[in-house]
Amino acid sequence: MVDVRGLLCPMPLVTVRKEIEKNAPASLEVLFDDKGALDNVTRFVTGLGYKTEVVKDGPDYKLVLSK
Amino acid sequence: MKKINWPIVLAGGLVGLAAVVLTALGNPANMGFCIACFLRDIAGATKMHSAAVVQYFRPEIVGLVLGAFIMSVASKEYRAKAGSSPATRFVLGVFVMIGALAFLGCPLRMMLRLAGGDLNALIALFGFAAGIGVGVVCLNKGFSLKRAYDVGKAEGSMLLVALVGLFILSLAVPSLFAFSEKGPGSMRAPALVALLIAVVVGAAAYKTRLCMAGGIRDGIMFKDFRLLFGFVAVFVIALIGNIVMGNFKLGFAGQPVAHSDHVWSFLGMALVGWGSVLLGGCPLRQLILAGAGNGDSAVAVLGMIVGAAFSHNFGLAGAAASADAAGGVGIKGRIAIIVGFVVFAAISALNIQKQEN
Repeated sequence: MVDVRGLLCPMPLVTVRKEIEKNAPASLEVLFDDKGALDNVTRFVTGLGYKTEVVKDGPDYKLVLSK
Repeated sequence: MKKINWPIVLAGGLVGLAAVVLTALGNPANMGFCIACFLRDIAGATKMHSAAVVQYFRPEIVGLVLGAFIMSVASKEYRAKAGSSPATRFVLGVFVMIGALAFLGCPLRMMLRLAGGDLNALIALFGFAAGIGVGVVCLNKGFSLKRAYDVGKAEGSMLLVALVGLFILSLAVPSLFAFSEKGPGSMRAPALVALLIAVVVGAAAYKTRLCMAGGIRDGIMFKDFRLLFGFVAVFVIALIGNIVMGNFKLGFAGQPVAHSDHVWSFLGMALVGWGSVLLGGCPLRQLILAGAGNGDSAVAVLGMIVGAAFSHNFGLAGAAASADAAGGVGIKGRIAIIVGFVVFAAISALNIQKQEN
């Protein structure tokens, strides 16, 4: 689980990109509190070939990535 | 060919159009919108500085924050957050403003000046992009001001409440405030029209995350040019508007509220670019984030207001060229910009997180 809540752009995307570059995970969950950051990261990981699913988690969003 | 993101193109175009309209209605030339100039005018109106030509409680600032607030609430995305290195953000805001006022404009006015044919702004654009490049290097090395946390709703609305309250007070009891009788501060679109236009722009800027620094930053970092479309749209629509209105004049000399001190315009805007990346967005974006409940961005805006007061109280701001003088950035302003670079380097170095193996 990667938690990018409370981070301003572009830190959520930087954090997720770093995790993917480092570990190349087949699946990953990312926790957001900002819709804009969620949209940015979703666009980025989709371009890398991940399938995405968004789950509302209280006031936050959980993005589930899988290949 | 990247797919064009039409919402952000429309938002950028709306900003460009609003700027042309506000200028036609009375705002200074190439200054339909200028976050740095308008925060400076507010600092002057509240007597935080005594530069008599730049004092007015600009409704545009109030409208931008209010528009972002309304849109974030309507979108059910309003969320009060704070706690991400607020004191550091304050200092970044101070020096971003000092850099902007050396050049005589924020990144948004830089594009509006360029759209008016002011080629001095092109030099500043190169500086702005260079500063963003330095900021991107910091981000890639692990720079972070750490996360913000949920706070009470009141904390997220402090800047908005203060701005709206002071704006109403400035209309009800204008004698409390200082208002310029000549110079840029005396050139104003009608207050309520300016407020309304800015509310619409603020709402659009919130919804599309329009940011003058974000486009270049994301282009360098991620090859993501979505925000850059908005940046370009501001320029294109303002350019068309200026040509139609007969306000386009290509050249370096004789430009409104501008000077041709190229080295210090470049360096001033490089400071703005670097600081904007460290803050997570340009001055416009800081206002929009503050409206949507971000207390850290509100602190950055307060830093900018104090930076504006410093700029004029200490003689750091650039002087516009006139018939009698070439204008430019004086020795004190140059030293302040250099100090700004040193401070940003220290802030960057101290906030780079060690990479895990």
